[in-house]
Amino acid sequence: MSHYKMHLLVCAGTGCHSSESDLVYEMLHDEVERKGLSNDVQVIRTGCFGFCEKGPIVKVLPDNTFYTEVKPGDAQEIIDEHVIKGRKVERLLYLDPETNEHVLDSKHMGFYKKQLRVALRNCGTIDPENIDESIARDAYMALGKVITEMTPRETIELIKRSGLRGRGGAGFPTGLKWEITSKNHGDRKYVVCNADEGDPGAFMDRSILEGDPHSVLEAMAICGYCIGASEGLIYIRAEYPLAIRRLRIAISQAQSYGLLGENIFGSDFSFNIKLRYGAGAFVCGEETALIHSMEGLRGEPTNKPPFPAERGYLGKPTCVNNVETFANIPVIVLKGAEWFASIGTEKSKGTKVFALAGKINNVGLIEVPMGITLREIIYEIGGGVKEGKKFKAVQTGGPSGGCLTEKHLDTPIDYESLMAAGSMMGSGGMIVLDEDDCMVSVAKFYLDFIVEESCGKCAPCRIGSKRLYETLDRITLGKGEQEDIEILKNLGMVMKDTALCGLGQTAPNPVLSTLDNFKEEYLEHVNEKKCRSGQCRDLLYYVILEEECTGCMACTRVCPTHAIIGERRNPHVINQEVCIKCGACMEKCQFDAISLQKDYPREVQLTTNNELTV
Amino acid sequence: MIELTIDKKKVRVEKGTTILKAARQAGIEIPTLCHYELCDMGIENKPGGCRICVVEVEGRRNLAPSCITEAQDGMVIHTHSIRVLNARKTVLRLIISDHPFDCLVCAKSGHCDLQDLAVQFGIRSQPYVGEQSRYRKDTSPSIIRDVDKCIMCRRCEMICNEVQSVGALAAVNRGFMSVVAPAFEMNLEDSPCTYCGQCVSVCPTGALTEKDHTIEIIRALSNPSKTVVVQTAPAVRAALGEEFGMPAGTLVTGKMVSALRELGFDYVFDTDFSADLTIMEEGTELLQRVRGYLEGDSNVRLPILTSCCPGWVNFFEHNYPDLLDVPSTAKSPQQMFGAIAKSYFAEKIGVKRNDMIVVSVMPCLAKKYECQRDEFKVGGNPDVDYSISTRELASFIKQANIDFLELPDGEFDDPLGESTGAAVIFGNTGGVIEAACRTAYELYTGKKLEKVDFHELRGMDGIRSATIDFNGLELNIGIAHGLRNARKLLDEVREGKSKFHAIEVMACPGGCVGGAGQPFNHGDSGVLGKRAAALYAADQEMPIRKSHENPSIIKLYEEFLGEPGSELAHKLLHTEYFAKSNEVTIHLQG
Repeated sequence: MSHYKMHLLVCAGTGCHSSESDLVYEMLHDEVERKGLSNDVQVIRTGCFGFCEKGPIVKVLPDNTFYTEVKPGDAQEIIDEHVIKGRKVERLLYLDPETNEHVLDSKHMGFYKKQLRVALRNCGTIDPENIDESIARDAYMALGKVITEMTPRETIELIKRSGLRGRGGAGFPTGLKWEITSKNHGDRKYVVCNADEGDPGAFMDRSILEGDPHSVLEAMAICGYCIGASEGLIYIRAEYPLAIRRLRIAISQAQSYGLLGENIFGSDFSFNIKLRYGAGAFVCGEETALIHSMEGLRGEPTNKPPFPAERGYLGKPTCVNNVETFANIPVIVLKGAEWFASIGTEKSKGTKVFALAGKINNVGLIEVPMGITLREIIYEIGGGVKEGKKFKAVQTGGPSGGCLTEKHLDTPIDYESLMAAGSMMGSGGMIVLDEDDCMVSVAKFYLDFIVEESCGKCAPCRIGSKRLYETLDRITLGKGEQEDIEILKNLGMVMKDTALCGLGQTAPNPVLSTLDNFKEEYLEHVNEKKCRSGQCRDLLYYVILEEECTGCMACTRVCPTHAIIGERRNPHVINQEVCIKCGACMEKCQFDAISLQKDYPREVQLTTNNELTV
Repeated sequence: MIELTIDKKKVRVEKGTTILKAARQAGIEIPTLCHYELCDMGIENKPGGCRICVVEVEGRRNLAPSCITEAQDGMVIHTHSIRVLNARKTVLRLIISDHPFDCLVCAKSGHCDLQDLAVQFGIRSQPYVGEQSRYRKDTSPSIIRDVDKCIMCRRCEMICNEVQSVGALAAVNRGFMSVVAPAFEMNLEDSPCTYCGQCVSVCPTGALTEKDHTIEIIRALSNPSKTVVVQTAPAVRAALGEEFGMPAGTLVTGKMVSALRELGFDYVFDTDFSADLTIMEEGTELLQRVRGYLEGDSNVRLPILTSCCPGWVNFFEHNYPDLLDVPSTAKSPQQMFGAIAKSYFAEKIGVKRNDMIVVSVMPCLAKKYECQRDEFKVGGNPDVDYSISTRELASFIKQANIDFLELPDGEFDDPLGESTGAAVIFGNTGGVIEAACRTAYELYTGKKLEKVDFHELRGMDGIRSATIDFNGLELNIGIAHGLRNARKLLDEVREGKSKFHAIEVMACPGGCVGGAGQPFNHGDSGVLGKRAAALYAADQEMPIRKSHENPSIIKLYEEFLGEPGSELAHKLLHTEYFAKSNEVTIHLQG
């Protein structure tokens, strides 16, 4: 890279890509050529910068200028003004929402200040389709080091000492997993990378694979060296075409450099990696289901033990690690276990990548040291709740996780604390909810997902999640009864206790954690038929405003159920027992006299002979 | 050995024992639903899917499924704590909530494991009400799939794939809509199903049941213009009593005959008669082929395969269309009986073919399909009109309020009721080939067989082999029961590596005593052994134990057929086979 004076990094992750970042790249590239700057300025496509809220992103090196929401038409101005004249294009700079000032470089952006990018270290820095750029950033140095200087035993000890735990959700110590697999005997063993990222809204693994595929390939080879495997498999969902393409390119480049294949670094260690495509079943993120899917069987889990480390792919000892877990390995080898262990909390070391989403200003991908608080993430990195609304909860851990509230804002983020607070680390989904979100509906959303994604093997998950969903649905439709709360609790508890795999055992978490933290909302839905957020349409009530109503009778004529009662020139009243909430009256009324209210209009009661008593 | 505590009882078990079995050793029966095993047959289904058998293990986060959790040294287990009882009841209620509430009119009522559990758990209310998964009903000639009642225990999938290697059934769809079905949810009839019916015999609910033909038989019996003839297969008499509370292995031949007579059948005959006839034809064919082989005839195909079992016939028609000339061309005893009844016997009693109804009582569901095959019809009139299972006969007897236990012992009618000991052992795996050996030995050597019992051909191992000395000619005999075992022997034949001269195959594990039409064994493999022992005992009791000595058979050849293998015998008693392997493809393209 050294002979260029300036680099223009264009984000080519899936998010920016879908906002025409490839065109931005083409235009910048053409413009550089047209101006004869090709020898001094390099335009490259990189992986995700994380700040997806403001994509497409163009970053300029060496001054770290961070352009946001760049359109193809902006290319000429960037080249003319910034590159040639040295004047930053102000209108494209990130506008700090608090100070309302343009931020000159990324180092001063709140979004990045508290982040620590370890797994994402190369995302947004290198061209993922060019192995030379990865190598310039030390790719395969760790592999070289372990093969030439360390024994498998020493390497496993190093990973154990680092305290790295599985980033897929459960947090099993990675070094220990490697150790167990290394000790199990088999004529063949396998390294499997779990890239079946499936939580709604999560894209941590995809971003790593798109932005820095070599870190994962290198780590898999290191793992293979440690456990005695010569074959690695990446189980990736077919819905990640860009990641698949970059992985394919990366594998073939690494092979042509001799960094994968036979006798790596002249040693007798050989390692090859193949891709296996998943059909996008959430349950295939569960390692036994994943393995069955790779074997060509129905993607459904089996009982553990035996764990894959003992009997995995094709019955051989298999080490299954998540993408983000692997991405941490090379740095740990190069910088040392102690360096890694110095980051984070006592039991949760290193960093964690989260996909920040929902009602938050800075939607995107972030990487933070373990132990950071939710408050720091939401208010400092995330820039606070959108439109100045009131924070209500944050959902972590995806469909397996739960909701954390105001009182948890200062909880440090680590595996144990999140679990104790009724949620879990999960793979890193983090969805911020505000006062407009109905917690019953949030739980219903996740259960809807689980009903779709349950494999159907065990009864508690197959039928239990359906019944949970139906009960939540009844409640949001205003048909809930007091017993429904008990049904939710008991079903949730029994599913946790009896479901076969992690999917089913954690499926009730969104319900149980919202029941714990927002019971009053549930009770309002059930007892008062009220949804305080106004999200449940069936719990909104059409009401005629007495002072606005002229008694024109227009609404009574269009009401299909004759729910509107009243005499000409006198204010009308809607009988809530008969109203079907079709909205015809509101549409017809020329005086804006009909409004939607969250509270059941109790003051208006009907007597039996259909006369009103107010 | 390890030691653990279950419900305060100390138990010592082998390492590797599941909690379920450890509890059993301690005399504690943990309820199960999806779990199914026939231990000595090596058949086991434990997907860990129903979660009914969960128990509480001290120190464990969640409840443990006892059928698949290994007992560990020092474990302290509670099998009926409040937590366990609530979990089991909740899970059972969930399963019931996705199950039709039509117990009163369900074919499985009274034999349903789900119903039994509901009774055992005292289910009196159902708080979990919601949508039920609904599927298309699928009716085939032998089996009815009403998978609204499927509880995803996967027993049928296990037996169809692991035991039978047929591969007609597997779980399809996901989540709430997952169910066991043929690929693409095609009809069973379009799938490679062999109608062996083993799926029916392990289904805990009414999702898989036999196609019931009782009503057609009641109609025939009440029609005065019809002469209704019934034949009963060997294995039926060793199992029917179980349906009336008699211990497994009770031989109820006499009571069965009386019951059939009371039900109104005009002639009560025995499939054992045509089993003897089968031996005459098949044994002759075996000897012809062996002689031809010894004489160096290159057109002779060896080994010869038995062809009595219609599930097995379907299996090789589907899977070995290239080997259709290998099996014996002899029809099954059921079909030989029909052919003789509607020709020889009908003529004898002066009844027109179309006025005779032949009913068979079989331990089998594939027989229902077999009797409907076109090649077993004359002018559209089938040789055997209806085939009912042992279970259907029991139900018919109960419907007619016949007190089975008090019935006197009746005798089969002549002439199609006379049989030998060789015929009755057709119901056991190895029985057909033993019967064939008894006759073939004497026909080949011209000497009297001193040792009638061929113990070397008996047993329950899935694949067995023995060499029988035919006075210097050593015949290699192979035996397989269960279609996966049959597949192994057939693959050897296809590869030209088979060392056998003759192979007996029965589709069902245990042979016909384990047929899919027999009373449900509920995972008690001892039942099959007892039925088999009853048939061997019946053989011992018979005055004549070799098929070619059956006087009625001798007479049949003298009066009607001429020689075994004669032109008429070929017309009436032999058949041909058809390749079925392409059918699936054709239907999918359509």
